[in-house]
Amino acid sequence: MNMLRRHKPLLILAAVLLCLPLVLPNNFYYDIAIRMAINAIIVLGLNLLIGFAGQISLGHAGFIGIGAYASAILPTHFNWHPLLAMVAGAVGASVVAAIVARPIFRLKGHYLAMATLGLGIIIAIVIKNEATYTGGPDGMPVPALGIGSFSINGEKQWYWVLAALLLFSFWASRNLIDSPFGRALRALHGSEVASQVMGVDVVRYKVAIFILSAFFASLMGSVTAHYIGFVTPNIADFFHSIELVTMVVVGGMASIYGSLIGAVLLTALPQALSTFEGWETVVFGSILIFCMIFMPRGLVPTLAERFGGRGEDA
Amino acid sequence: MSQFLQFLFSGITVGATYALAALGFTLIYNASNVINFAQGEFIMLGGMLVFFFLQAGLPMPVAIFLAIAIPAIVGMLIEKFTIEPAREADVVTLIIITIGVSLVIRGVIQVWLGKGTHSYPAFSGNDPILIGGATLLPQSLWVLGITALVVVALWYFFSRTLAGKAILATSCNPLAAQLVGVNTQWVLLVSFALSAALGAIGGVLLTPITLTSYDVGIMLGLKGFVAVVVGGLGSGLGAVVGGLLVGIIEAMAAGYISSAYKDAVPFILILVILFFLPRGIFGAKVTERV
Repeated sequence: MNMLRRHKPLLILAAVLLCLPLVLPNNFYYDIAIRMAINAIIVLGLNLLIGFAGQISLGHAGFIGIGAYASAILPTHFNWHPLLAMVAGAVGASVVAAIVARPIFRLKGHYLAMATLGLGIIIAIVIKNEATYTGGPDGMPVPALGIGSFSINGEKQWYWVLAALLLFSFWASRNLIDSPFGRALRALHGSEVASQVMGVDVVRYKVAIFILSAFFASLMGSVTAHYIGFVTPNIADFFHSIELVTMVVVGGMASIYGSLIGAVLLTALPQALSTFEGWETVVFGSILIFCMIFMPRGLVPTLAERFGGRGEDA
Repeated sequence: MSQFLQFLFSGITVGATYALAALGFTLIYNASNVINFAQGEFIMLGGMLVFFFLQAGLPMPVAIFLAIAIPAIVGMLIEKFTIEPAREADVVTLIIITIGVSLVIRGVIQVWLGKGTHSYPAFSGNDPILIGGATLLPQSLWVLGITALVVVALWYFFSRTLAGKAILATSCNPLAAQLVGVNTQWVLLVSFALSAALGAIGGVLLTPITLTSYDVGIMLGLKGFVAVVVGGLGSGLGAVVGGLLVGIIEAMAAGYISSAYKDAVPFILILVILFFLPRGIFGAKVTERV
């Protein structure tokens, strides 16, 4: 019983994911649901960095790009197995993150924003320019993901893959936050000096969470590439990084549910806005501004407070 | 040698625009501690508005005046309606707000003036001037001359006029400034108007050389921001030197190393600088209080 209560949010999410196919009318909606799940997983990782550790990354799309292009290039040009390529991409992204992390995380605020932004843009430019391997601005096709003769294809199969991945990430994030590691992160967000005094190795934790979120971003980049079957440099560009940060901030910093809500809402938004021919950018920008002015802590924490929900969990 | 001069000329020309953008960043940062990610959109607005007003049949001087005045008003509106209501917000929130603003500006221009690339004639012809085997466009002289004038005017404004000193006082300590009678709300408005106008001037001057379209703002703005960090956040002199440096290094790298990686150069530069000189070249040494 206790076990059941502890895992209630996880069970609710599982139930939602199980029932969702009953109401999804066609592949178009499956596609949106899959994109929501992909974004949700990336945002969960990014929120650990931004919300819980209090660090900003404006270059996360760069890591997604590394994963996506590893999954496109290694199997196509070097005959690697797609799964191996995916792992190689994630390890590669982690290595890049690890190399830049130590110097970067001595920085704060605007400087940190600038450094991560610069890193993301450099990765995007490399992808755009190394046309022999990446196909340049036109992008390149990505082989299907599979083992032996079985490969995942079609929206319905991908939906279940993503549902499983999302459940896992949700469970892992919740556990991580309640672990000593998570408490250290939150302490560090509260006051770096205080947590240092209490014996938290501040830089080490920041670096660790940065590498972890880069690793997951890269994995999801690979998944996105395999799912769509094609990659273009847009996946790594600055605007994509901004979209992800926006999902974190609109949903709610340091809120796991916020990550889910933010990803779902902001993935659906462009679809809903496509009727406003040409005005999508304006509406998207206005929503950002309004959210940040009136709910600077994000949707979920603000609503949770207003309706007296369990503050600490929200 | 002539090749070197050629790269130097194009570097200083673009660098002057980065310097104007960087000064804009610095003004707003000093007055409000906000890094305005919409700064690049003012550069875009400057060029696009001149193009639009020329097409509408207005004479060049009027078009230029409007293309600087309108962004200045937009700057004040931004301060009034997006920054002021969020005064207490933290850095990430403010960054997101200004990114939202930049999306709105870019979107409006995209809907209104389309996605095409535009330009207009240089102010005084296109006959290149030969200097030491390299060619210099007359428009480059305009860019450099006006930038120099603007820098001198800003220096005068901040060191010799009451209004300028009021702004400086506010950036040092808003509460103390308020106590001695400075209207800090007014200071914020003026800073945003000034910084938008600076960006627009850069755009107006540079467009005959580099062309413009609705989406040039991001890159120009980001490079202006790089210039700010290179020079040291908050330093006016640093902003100018940083802008010129970024422009020159970018042009040299494009010429001698790889033109495909031209846009990456400022960002590699910024990582190197942040690693070794985390406060930029002219940034103040500060110790954070806890």
